[in-house]
Amino acid sequence: MEQDWIWGLVGGLLIGTGGAVYLLANGRIMGASGIIGGLVDGTGRNSATERLIFLAGVILLPILLYPLYGSVDTHVSSNPLVIIAGGLLVGAGTRLANGCTSGHGVCGISRFSLRGIVATVFYILAGGITVVLFRHLLGVI
Amino acid sequence: MRLLFAFLAGGLFGAGLFVSGMTDTAKVQGWLDVFGDWDPTLAFVMGGAIIPMAIAWRFVPGRRPLVGGDFPAQVSSQVSRNLVLGSTMFGAGWGLAGLCPGPAIASLSYGGVWHWVFAVAMLAGMALTPLLRVKLDRLIVAD
Repeated sequence: MEQDWIWGLVGGLLIGTGGAVYLLANGRIMGASGIIGGLVDGTGRNSATERLIFLAGVILLPILLYPLYGSVDTHVSSNPLVIIAGGLLVGAGTRLANGCTSGHGVCGISRFSLRGIVATVFYILAGGITVVLFRHLLGVI
Repeated sequence: MRLLFAFLAGGLFGAGLFVSGMTDTAKVQGWLDVFGDWDPTLAFVMGGAIIPMAIAWRFVPGRRPLVGGDFPAQVSSQVSRNLVLGSTMFGAGWGLAGLCPGPAIASLSYGGVWHWVFAVAMLAGMALTPLLRVKLDRLIVAD
């Protein structure tokens, strides 16, 4: 669709505003992998409620907006190997690197963090190579 | 108040991921696929998100968070082995499935069974990371 970039920009501004609220109000970095990962490995035990409430908002708003769209096709792969390998790599990789697209990308780059910029360069490069390899050479995705 | 703001921030994050189309794996992979029918949307999402955050960071020095406490300390600027290795692994998984942690959660209500399989695998990967860190430190001298 031609308006995709406008909705991308609108959505981006909403995401950034969410990050600004989390930072200025609660003093926290809005990084999805950190918020989830802290619940998984117990390092976020002391702020578990805050993390769970944040994630409830992440899940609930799409539920409220969904009726306006009727249906949303996420074009997700139904190849179990692709999905399971992808999930494991995203989970372990983001925790090992202490951040993902929201933490290193949005919150890191916006404060000119060298770590955020380096992480973003590496995950975009790895993502691009993976898509080209698995789509154009192997035909898996 | 802290919980109210957490819900507001999460809600804005979820709404933004939804309306931007970032839970559509085809749009993410379409942006990463520079040799295919390139989709520029992700760049607008990133750019749009960085603007309010960059403004927010300007309010941090010399102030305290609204609900009290302290702002996160300036973390080390050191580029470590785990940062590079982890980000490369993350990028590979992101390219394979077209999902990163935020959209993986935002899409759970409507994405169908494969989004749940992805989420469970992602949580398993996160749970295994402390072990992976130990193994890596034995294998290669840290930093």
